[in-house]
Amino acid sequence: MKFMLMMHTPRGDGDYKINQWKPEEFRAHIQFMKDLNAGLREAGELVGAEGLAPPGQARIVRSRGEGPEITDGPFAESKEFLVGYWIVDVESAERAYAIAGKASTAPGPGGKPLGIPIEVRQVMSPPPDML
Amino acid sequence: MTKTGEHLLRELSPQVLGALVRRYGDFAAAEDAVQEALLAAAVEWPRAGTPENPRAWLVQVAARKLTDGYRSETARRRRETKLVQETPPEESVIPSPDEAYEERDDSLVLLFMCCHPALTRPSAIALTLRAVGGLTTAEIARAFLVPEATMAQRISRAKQSIQSSGIGFALPPPEERRALLGAVLHVLYLVFNEGYSASGGDQHQRVDLATEAIRLARAAHALLPEDGEVTGLLALMLLTDARRAARTGPGGEIVPLDEQERALWDARAIAEGTQLVTEGLARGPAGAYLLQAAIAALHDEAKRATDTDWPQIVALYDVLLSLSDNPVIALNRAVAVAMARGIPEGLALLADLDRDPRIQGHYRLDAVRGHLLERAGDVAGARLAYAAAAEKTASIPERNHLLLRLTSLAPAPDFD
Repeated sequence: MKFMLMMHTPRGDGDYKINQWKPEEFRAHIQFMKDLNAGLREAGELVGAEGLAPPGQARIVRSRGEGPEITDGPFAESKEFLVGYWIVDVESAERAYAIAGKASTAPGPGGKPLGIPIEVRQVMSPPPDML
Repeated sequence: MTKTGEHLLRELSPQVLGALVRRYGDFAAAEDAVQEALLAAAVEWPRAGTPENPRAWLVQVAARKLTDGYRSETARRRRETKLVQETPPEESVIPSPDEAYEERDDSLVLLFMCCHPALTRPSAIALTLRAVGGLTTAEIARAFLVPEATMAQRISRAKQSIQSSGIGFALPPPEERRALLGAVLHVLYLVFNEGYSASGGDQHQRVDLATEAIRLARAAHALLPEDGEVTGLLALMLLTDARRAARTGPGGEIVPLDEQERALWDARAIAEGTQLVTEGLARGPAGAYLLQAAIAALHDEAKRATDTDWPQIVALYDVLLSLSDNPVIALNRAVAVAMARGIPEGLALLADLDRDPRIQGHYRLDAVRGHLLERAGDVAGARLAYAAAAEKTASIPERNHLLLRLTSLAPAPDFD
């Protein structure tokens, strides 16, 4: 079964006030994410993972038949935004939750887990074979 | 398959394709047939040994695949098939020794064809890597991190565009050649850039696009040794790629030029690139690629960052800017000016660029400002500029680099 793991971070003083971290804390954070991805790839569970550019460049496009209308969208008010996602192919929902749980513990200042909220959604699949 | 076998196959691929297209005229079908022949060779040769005349073997197999393809098609094509069948492919396609000179032109014609401005650039890149570079669709897909089906479709659309715009299998007329060569060089430049800026970490199992681009530029240079811009592009790639081992740290982080361990630079590539620059400059007025290569050579020749000949680099940027009014070149020139004449002069140039709508708000403007302010000792200003740049960049390694730079500068609260 495939799941999409979406990582949200709060908006405000940069993501988790990264600007105030020590460089080694930030390095440890990058290394954690690298190791996480490498582990998923080795386990044959990683379908894809992408980080998204900051929401400042995000646009909402809507077309009602007279050509697209492009607006900055409601991002300014939203408290959280999507910064990246993984798609994993795993045995069970429990395994997807375990991966999300691991990702959530990415370290922040003082090496403490950030507790990043990760939204886990099952990816829809074609109808199962009847035979 | 051994490395040499693979290399040989890829070397021969454009020649085989050229021979087939010249014979049958159908570029799209010939290109598919050559791919099949290459795959067959990759299976067959390691087992049965490399044939005595590998090129003839490939041409023969590809021609058979092509005619098989025709045979299995509908009655509409039957008459053409008959024509093809009347001459056994193995006799008709293999060139006689005096035809050999055409191989040279074939590869060049293929490059012009695949990079034609009628194609979108992503299509041109994919088709060039396959038809001229001899890579498989799967390899190209992995290199660009897209699904194989997507890449296959991109290539097939590219071939359709060639078919429908009636681009013939011939060298373009002299009056068009300059512009079309520009398109070829741009495609090779984009391939190199893609490889050079690819994010670290996921590199294994991926074709190295920078090496691929150098290989193609080398081939173009062999075909057009007199052309200053082809020479310049090859030199630029070599001189840039020479710093590869030094430009990322153990964790994959970006190491800026002035902090790189110069002993790790590839001296052979630098010598070759510098030699090409010298040859190119001796041949007449320099174009944009050759000038950029000359700048890269000046960087590479400096034993230490502090030995860099910044006034000379500023002079080269002045010429470059006179050729094309490009804000990115102006931004790079601002760095050189700051180093040659002092940080304030560089910062003043950045202030001018802030008003240029083409680059205004671009993360690189903030990133350069951060570096200059850091050099000038303005910690608070540098932190602001780095934060602004990190907020805007769409590149993860770049963002990580900017944030590491920022966090390594003592934050303001420490001064309270």
